[in-house]
Amino acid sequence: MKTHTKMVPVPSQGIIPERDLDKSPVLEIVRLGIDFGGLTAVEDFSLIIGRTEIAGLIGPNGAGKTTVFNLLTNVYEPTRGTILLNGRNTRGLKTYQLNKMGIARTFQNIRLFKDLTVLDNVKIALHNEMDYSAVEAVLRLPSYWRAERISTERAMELLSVLGMQDMAGSIAGSLPYGAQRRLEIVRALATNPSILLLDEPAAGMNPSETAELMENIRKIRDVFNIAILLIEHDMNLVMGVCEGIAVLNYGRIIAKGTPEEIQNNPTVIEAYLGHSGGEQA
Amino acid sequence: MEKKLFKSTKSRYILNILAIALVFAVIALLIEGKVLNRYQANLLIPVCYNIILVVSLNLAAGFLGQLPLGHAGFMAVGAYTAAIFTKAVDLPGPLEFVIAIVLAALMAGLFGVLIGLPALRLRGDYLAIITLGFGEIIRVIIVNLSITGGAFGLSGIQGHTNYIWAFVVMVISVYIVVTLIRSRHGRAILSIRENEIAAESCGIHTTYYKTLGFAVAAALAGVAGALYAHYLKILDPSTFGFMKSCELLVMVVLGGMGSVIGSVISATGLTLLPELLRGFDDYRMIVYSLLLIIVMIFKPSGLMGTYDFSLGGTMDSFFAKIRSLFKRKEAKNK
Amino acid sequence: MLFLSQLINGIQIGSIYALVALGYSMVYGIVKLINFAHGDIIMMGSYAVWFFIARLNLHPAVSIVLSILFCAFLGVAIEKVAYKPLRNSPRISLLITAIGVSFLLQYGMQLIFTPNPRMFSNLFPGQLPIGNFSISNATLVTIGVSICMMVLLTILVNRTKMGKAMRAVSEDNEAAQLMGINVNNTISFTFAIGSALAAVAAVLYCCSYQQIEPTMGSMLGLKAFVAAVLGGIGSIPGAVLGGLLIGIAESFTKGYLSSALADAVVFGILILVLLIKPAGILGRNSHEKV
Repeated sequence: MKTHTKMVPVPSQGIIPERDLDKSPVLEIVRLGIDFGGLTAVEDFSLIIGRTEIAGLIGPNGAGKTTVFNLLTNVYEPTRGTILLNGRNTRGLKTYQLNKMGIARTFQNIRLFKDLTVLDNVKIALHNEMDYSAVEAVLRLPSYWRAERISTERAMELLSVLGMQDMAGSIAGSLPYGAQRRLEIVRALATNPSILLLDEPAAGMNPSETAELMENIRKIRDVFNIAILLIEHDMNLVMGVCEGIAVLNYGRIIAKGTPEEIQNNPTVIEAYLGHSGGEQA
Repeated sequence: MEKKLFKSTKSRYILNILAIALVFAVIALLIEGKVLNRYQANLLIPVCYNIILVVSLNLAAGFLGQLPLGHAGFMAVGAYTAAIFTKAVDLPGPLEFVIAIVLAALMAGLFGVLIGLPALRLRGDYLAIITLGFGEIIRVIIVNLSITGGAFGLSGIQGHTNYIWAFVVMVISVYIVVTLIRSRHGRAILSIRENEIAAESCGIHTTYYKTLGFAVAAALAGVAGALYAHYLKILDPSTFGFMKSCELLVMVVLGGMGSVIGSVISATGLTLLPELLRGFDDYRMIVYSLLLIIVMIFKPSGLMGTYDFSLGGTMDSFFAKIRSLFKRKEAKNK
Repeated sequence: MLFLSQLINGIQIGSIYALVALGYSMVYGIVKLINFAHGDIIMMGSYAVWFFIARLNLHPAVSIVLSILFCAFLGVAIEKVAYKPLRNSPRISLLITAIGVSFLLQYGMQLIFTPNPRMFSNLFPGQLPIGNFSISNATLVTIGVSICMMVLLTILVNRTKMGKAMRAVSEDNEAAQLMGINVNNTISFTFAIGSALAAVAAVLYCCSYQQIEPTMGSMLGLKAFVAAVLGGIGSIPGAVLGGLLIGIAESFTKGYLSSALADAVVFGILILVLLIKPAGILGRNSHEKV
């Protein structure tokens, strides 16, 4: 099953799905760059992502893909360039502030709260949805009970989207690998983002798990009506689920376009084959 | 269908309150009925303030996941604040003591924020060292001030602390830690221990919650200091050094980093043990240090790990066992 | 005149701090552990020298060599027994274990030799007059020996095969292992060298201050650690620079302000350094990979 989306060019930096044209883009990245002590890791990175777009960021190992994610979430402060998240400039903001503004992510090497339960993992992400104070919590006032009840219900609802409601009481670190990846996605969704960044969501998955993941990615976009930007080496997944793709090599975008365009782009083919054929694990 | 008597939160709270009241009643009976002699009765007070110290240190070490080595410094701030206050004013005893305890908590908490803000920017062992440094500086300042009595210490403090005060204040302090941990604030604190980068990406203001956890721990150490000052009636700055901080750390580690009940048990045990075994004092620190090394090598999570006791849950499983026992008997009879 | 004598005092104690800081720095570089027991190794070294000379009546030179060997052995033994089982545990466990070892040494010695201080007779008595000023021989020996030790250590780390192995292990333990480096031996060797330096520092300290007690190592160790952090942990010139700076700062505080404030000043410096440049004066910044 392939989604056939018409991609249309927008004035400045690229293409977005036609259905998102009448809405402001969720993310606009203009000429982003970062240096690590004289070494330029990412340079002149511009991208635009539509409100409900599923976008892909691909490229050989070490191209700077995860660095882009770290720049988008201000884990690293960009040296140059502008990021507009929901139209607002993110410069100088902290990671947690960006999260509140609507950007959530998963990690390449899973970073769950391992010793806590699945439910608590999600409820931590619902932190900002609750509003009682520490004093109200210690005195166990009604506002505490209400917020806790609502957030537990919300957490269970979110878990059930990816079929994890029965694991709520398990310790996160004891889950099988695939479930840990799914939990990380649920946790990111719990922060109520307008764009979700997935860093190699299919890493370590077998083909049937990957197929399920593709379904889930589409489902998340449709249920939550959000944009998704993913980094992935699995070309079946990227070509199958992404609407717009950007290819990164040596920290620079070498191509942007629809899956078909990217597959037939000679520069991209050279970048991949020129490096190593066994890249697509 | 399993019937759970204590499933509802309310019934669990009532059960816990009853249990605490029962413990207190037993202690009061033992003391008022002169079953315990004066010396034994007085031991309850160090047990209580050590429980507060250890539980509060556990908040910073076990739940927040940092390793502060200056906890005794906060205790000193609280002790001196409370003592200087009660020496200066002349209010009715209980009122004066309540104000002194609150002041001790505020002052120690303030120091917690002042020290925590810069210190918590660092991680792991660097944080340990910087808090150690702050702890020593607090001690040096106390020695060099005149209001604190300098190196000679502060004497003539009123003996407000009795076993009732100690017990009640201890219960309130532990209650604060437990309820705080089981709230959105507590989960934020736990998430920092678990994975700071992930916590930040989940929208947790990590600096704020680190400082909050650290400040609450410091404030409670101050409360313990206030109890301590009005129990001993004399304060000697040299008792609040690195050694005291380490002793508290031993208790936390032994009980289990991240287990409140573990802290209560180990604080009680390690306070009573040296008092009960005469002549043990020479060996106390050696045993402590060996315990520390052995526990770290063989059971790094401490005796209780992160396990926390739930009276309601325990009672439920206890009743469930009894029921199944009866059922088995019935089945046999048939 | 006061200035000059305080400066020399500062350089003298600073040289001792530097020697101890080198041990901290090397161990931290290789196992990422603040070896809290390192200060107590100095104490053990002091007691060893004292025991060999005062109790067994051995020749001072023999005693010094024996106590250096003793400390090297002790350092390796501590690493094997207490730290090695925890190499893959969280660093907090390792740190707590180190505190445990430190306490064990301190209180063990209190039990054996009582907490009372022992007198130690200066092995290098006499003074060297320079104009209307004089420097004690102990000071000269301290500074001279420290310089020699630092030069030797620099050669060891930069020019020898073992030094190369040490640098490799501290850079990346696992990669070093894959390159065929015996990581266990390298770590043991590092502890041995660090502890031997501590023993040398112990002898120098004893000659200057002529008094030893079981708790002497903790403050000395902490200050040396501050020195290591100040200079940049993992860096040999950094440890030396840090040691001298701390020694001089402490000496001037004692001379011009108040000796009660000396500890506070040292820790104040530590706090400032950690806040302004956590990597230390000559240290490298490191980033956590996300």
